[in-house]
Amino acid sequence: MEKLTWTGGLGTYLDTVFFYVAAILAIAVVARILVTLFAPAETTTVSAETALSMSYRAHDLSAKGTQWALFATLLMIVLYLALGAIMGPQGAGIIGGISQQLVPVWISLIVLFGVSIAFKGSLGLYGKLFNNTVGMIGFGIVMFWVFAGIYGALDWITTQDHLSQYSGMKNKLPGTPLRGAGEEDYAWFLLGGDNLARDIFTRIFKGAWLVIQIAPLATLFAFLAGITLGLPAGYYGGRIDTILSFLANLILAFPVILLFYLLVTPEIKQAGIPAVMGLVLFIFPIIFTCILLNSRYRTQPSLRTPLLIVVLSLMVWGYLSLNTEGGCLILPASGQEGCRLIGLPSWLDILNPDPQILLVFVSVVFVNAPTVFRIVRGLAMDIKTRDYVAAARTRGEGPWYIMLWEILPNARGPLIVDFCLRIGYTTILLGTLGFFGLGLSSESPDWGTTINAGRKLLSLYPHAALAPAISLLTLVLGLNLLADGLREESLKD
Amino acid sequence: MGLFILRRLGMMLLTALCLTFIVFFLTNLYPNLEKLAKSEGNFRMSDEAVYSWLDDRGYTDPMPVKYGRWLGVVPGWETLKEDGTLLRQCRDAGLPEEERATFCGILQGNWGYSLSKKTEVAPLVTKHLGYTGYLMLWVMIVMVPMALLLGVLSGMREGSGLDRTLSTFSITTTATPEYVSGVIFIAIFASKAVGLRWFNGSSTSAMESANFANFTLPVLTIALYGMGYIARMTRASMAEVMTAQYIRTARLKGVSFRSIVMKHALRNALIAPFTVIMLQIPWLLNGVVIVETLFNYKGFGWLLVGAASHPDIELLLAISVVSVFVVLITQLISDIGYVFLNPRIRIS
Repeated sequence: MEKLTWTGGLGTYLDTVFFYVAAILAIAVVARILVTLFAPAETTTVSAETALSMSYRAHDLSAKGTQWALFATLLMIVLYLALGAIMGPQGAGIIGGISQQLVPVWISLIVLFGVSIAFKGSLGLYGKLFNNTVGMIGFGIVMFWVFAGIYGALDWITTQDHLSQYSGMKNKLPGTPLRGAGEEDYAWFLLGGDNLARDIFTRIFKGAWLVIQIAPLATLFAFLAGITLGLPAGYYGGRIDTILSFLANLILAFPVILLFYLLVTPEIKQAGIPAVMGLVLFIFPIIFTCILLNSRYRTQPSLRTPLLIVVLSLMVWGYLSLNTEGGCLILPASGQEGCRLIGLPSWLDILNPDPQILLVFVSVVFVNAPTVFRIVRGLAMDIKTRDYVAAARTRGEGPWYIMLWEILPNARGPLIVDFCLRIGYTTILLGTLGFFGLGLSSESPDWGTTINAGRKLLSLYPHAALAPAISLLTLVLGLNLLADGLREESLKD
Repeated sequence: MGLFILRRLGMMLLTALCLTFIVFFLTNLYPNLEKLAKSEGNFRMSDEAVYSWLDDRGYTDPMPVKYGRWLGVVPGWETLKEDGTLLRQCRDAGLPEEERATFCGILQGNWGYSLSKKTEVAPLVTKHLGYTGYLMLWVMIVMVPMALLLGVLSGMREGSGLDRTLSTFSITTTATPEYVSGVIFIAIFASKAVGLRWFNGSSTSAMESANFANFTLPVLTIALYGMGYIARMTRASMAEVMTAQYIRTARLKGVSFRSIVMKHALRNALIAPFTVIMLQIPWLLNGVVIVETLFNYKGFGWLLVGAASHPDIELLLAISVVSVFVVLITQLISDIGYVFLNPRIRIS
């Protein structure tokens, strides 16, 4: 087996073209900037006819040019990926190999976009997203990582085992053939090997699964906690607001890294602090759902009571089972028997998340919740002065009904946008934890840990740290673009 | 105004007390103390030996008492051991036993002794804080003008090609945390694999003599992440000002676009970014920790990582006091500055 180049045989034709297209795009963007900066704007030159038409022409030309150059560049990228997927690693090099591995992701993306665009009229805010180029690009990148993470976890797109060390593959460059590959094995390390001779390509997608599992869920929990506390703080004001805001500011005044260093250590885990924090933070979804349903169906007890019983018992079971570790809610101190707080017996304990991941999860929720609280509080303070809130009050609705069924739905625009941004921020936080080697084990394929492992040999073999770094960058960028698109579209209403 | 500042200062003090108590509580949990005892005494100490070691040094007393001692409002511990040796918290080699102080907490200026660095905490923190201060100075010099320029340029014509390009750039920078941009910068500009080698991948030498080669990358890495956010805030503020009535009036009067931006819009558009820049400083503190670890620059963040992973309780407490005060003081300055800059806001 030969070592792969980046674009292989495909590159002999396409690389030159791609180079020129990219160069034209760069020139067009610079020209566009210069034109906007120096050519007089449309509105200011009303008097001179000729100057007007000239400046129009310059603007028009630069705008069209940039658009076409961008279009051509995107087309070239699609061409690389499409031809690569067909020709595979032998015909189209590393890019071809990667593209071929990712075929399930491409198919899912095409189906998702096709269906969404076809029905975009009847899909509300989500459908409107497909009128917005920026939002669409962001959504595409995010969904790429979501699919890649899921299929990575299912081993559909990964090439090797993410924990095994392959002899002779230590720090090998991208495209190196696997030494002594059998019939069954994938013949290359597409993105090279890391300092422990593991396949970087596989680890990236295994890591993506960790990120797309933890980040949205942690953000959701932070939102539920922030909403449950922020709504009453903003709606009632007064003492409850003062106390809760003080607590939120207290957490926010902590430098995040110091907090992580204090919370995510084995000693603190031994002392049972994370377990207590988990018990506190995970209770908010239950409170939230309980109040949400109760305030809605308060007037129909025959529906409300069975509904609440079913939902609550399921949620409490999930809550206990999530927090139970080895039969205890809070584990005993080292060297002692029994539990400090007894939990579910093992036959009821169905949810068994990795305690390390749970610890990371809890601390990320804890760091994010105060910011959400502040946003929700501000929105509630603003919205409670509206007429429809006054109307609901006159109608005799209870305060929780007004908060959850009048104020919250009307605050959804900014909250959805912030949710997207916050998932990105959570991803960054997870990476930070990995970067400092906190929480997750050093074997873990998550991006932060991989960057941390790769940075030691950065000046010699940068590929090991670059691949996860670029993955993280694209995912967060995608989320930011998605949030931007959503903001623009939701403001159009 | 005076009352406002006074009230804020009082709030600040309360917050600082609460936060240091939390840090104190977390670092003084028994498993942490056990680790401390074992690393100071003997790794193979039995549980009883650990307990008596801790008991002799006042670590087993109730948490508020220990916190009070650290603050300097509760007398320091004294233990007379069976063999007649007297252990005291307030050790002072220069003074005879009777004249030594009873109180020795941070109120008396006693910040304690760093076990991992084997030196007094106060000079240690000051020294490393100086390094970080120098780094931050350059970050500010690079970041603030760049961010304001980006924001003003993209906000002055909202939706134009310039705006689109610059906004994309600032979104990209906010999506690039320091450990990603730092890695990319080192890979491109300092690695053998790419071969440019313009800058150094390590900034250890920058502590003595900072120069272009060893200081550019850390400064750029921190500045880039903070820049995007400030630029976006400036852009929003600028775009809002550009739609104001008085700008339209100026346009209708025939004032040139350049002078509208420079003379009329800029001043009002820069009020909001001031607050953002001040509030960004605590965020930079995070970046500092990451960058100092990545580039091996032995500043405040490096000290934090060292103290937290050891755990070096007294050093960690001093560090958290400093960082909490940085956060609170920047908040205070941003509030006060906002009032001064914006005459429409008056605090009664």
